[in-house]
Amino acid sequence: MTIDSKLVERIAKLSRISLTELEINNLSSELDNILNWIEQLSELDTEGINPVFSSFDEEETKYRTDEINDGGYREDIISNAPLTEDGFFLVPKVVD
Amino acid sequence: MTEFSTLSIKETISSLKNKDFSVSELVDFHITSMESGRELNAFITETADIARKKAIDCDQNYSKGEEKPLEGIPLGIKDMFCTKGVKTTASSKMLENFIPPYESTVTQNLWNDGAILLGKLNNDEFAMGSSNETSFFGEVKNPWKNTKGNFTVPGGSSGGSAASVAAGMGLASLGTDTGGSIRQPASFTGTVGLKPTYGRCSRWGIIAFASSLDQAGPITKTVKDCALLLNSICSYDSKDSTSSQKKIPDFEKATDKSIRGMKIGIPKEYETDGISKDITEYIEKGKEWLTESGAEIIEISLPHIKYALPCYYIIAPAEASSNLARYDGVKFTHRVDAENIIDMYEETRSQGFGDEVKRRIMIGTYVLSSGYYDAYYLKAQKVRAMISKDFKEAFSKVDAIYGPSTPSTAFELGDKKKDPLEMYLNDVFTVPVNLAGLPAMSVPVGLDKKNLPVGMQLIGNSFDEESILSIASCIEKSAKFDLSPNRWWING
Repeated sequence: MTIDSKLVERIAKLSRISLTELEINNLSSELDNILNWIEQLSELDTEGINPVFSSFDEEETKYRTDEINDGGYREDIISNAPLTEDGFFLVPKVVD
Repeated sequence: MTEFSTLSIKETISSLKNKDFSVSELVDFHITSMESGRELNAFITETADIARKKAIDCDQNYSKGEEKPLEGIPLGIKDMFCTKGVKTTASSKMLENFIPPYESTVTQNLWNDGAILLGKLNNDEFAMGSSNETSFFGEVKNPWKNTKGNFTVPGGSSGGSAASVAAGMGLASLGTDTGGSIRQPASFTGTVGLKPTYGRCSRWGIIAFASSLDQAGPITKTVKDCALLLNSICSYDSKDSTSSQKKIPDFEKATDKSIRGMKIGIPKEYETDGISKDITEYIEKGKEWLTESGAEIIEISLPHIKYALPCYYIIAPAEASSNLARYDGVKFTHRVDAENIIDMYEETRSQGFGDEVKRRIMIGTYVLSSGYYDAYYLKAQKVRAMISKDFKEAFSKVDAIYGPSTPSTAFELGDKKKDPLEMYLNDVFTVPVNLAGLPAMSVPVGLDKKNLPVGMQLIGNSFDEESILSIASCIEKSAKFDLSPNRWWING
């Protein structure tokens, strides 16, 4: 697998990060290096192995009652937003 | 005047009870240390006013005989923990002015036990790094310079947490560990650092990096102090669905327990991994100490351990790319204005994140993207299962695993900054533990020929922090490591 600048631009788009020409060039070689190194995992036969997504013992997780036990501080929650109005987050116009 | 900086938490508490000095005097001393150590850049936010105010309450509690277990102990907190009303940045421009409206569970536990916030500590941006050089607020300097007289890195990502304790700014600190971010900096600075079992501490209120790997833990001067802080921070928390309800033992007791008859494993795979000669000598010395204390050393095998690092560099970035999607310029402090919402997202993230964070988001996005998910992400989770199984088999034969924390001691500032992959390789011994969710700690054993601290790592079975605390305590007694860098930032 080779990571070229076109692929970097595609990943950047998916990541919602805009990159400069220089960043694209640097990232192409850096990501190429890293992913080639990661490639060594293909040596391992993982046929029939069940993937583990968390080391936490699932038996310990329990259902809880679905009830409202928190809330009522909208002002606190939006207090860090760069732009708000009437208790809402404000963003640039999305629909014309 | 009392030399406060040489005291452990345990000794400080007994002096406070004895009225040898007051909490206010203690706190003033640490504030002065913090202020005179600004060259180290360990703190992002100093909270001297909060500390002085709380010290008065703590002194009253002592005079009434109503002191709590950590009453009056000044602590630094890594800037990954949300602290209510106190700026919390994750060392990122993205959160440059973020003031959390709530407190993380683990820090709340410390305050409930009487501890005092001294300030918020620098780290690698969003905890991504092994040298504390990726912080938006600048690099942290290790209090230990090498024999050439050059600055070295304090390790990362909890670099500020480790440097502050080594420099005597605060009695201990809190860090987070996703792939070694407590143990590697502890090892580089001659401090004790412990990552608890995944689920032992609540992750609620910790800025998320890789949620299936992140854990909070203490960095301290002594093994006993580490146990004392662990007693305070561990708790079941209904706000974190992966927090455990298992009984929490008295960790302090474990530090007084003999290790006679304990079986300690050394992975044979460790011998081939390019460890520096000085560190190899300490591994051997450690074996002697442990044998002299009555433990039995057993060779074990962790056949898939060499795949842990590439496996981690799929899983951690994948989780990070998902966790960091929330920084979009809408809800948190940093935003770049643009004509339309997509440009706003892209420009905000482009300017708000540093290079390493961007790199990891990109890797994560790629390995999760359509067409690559099975080949990378799913494959890595299967390898993770194999690594966990290796540990499980090892722990059917031994009580703990012993080895180095890092392949080398602290490297010079700027040394590995240019090559991300070389930086990643520094975490070769610490990362496997996070994938398997096990507890592990680093304990200082001495100095190498460059006059830099060497740390040894102990890995315990799931929810058995006690065994590694007992063994660490024994190593600490044998090594007699003197934790005192030459204070060049004061003496010049």
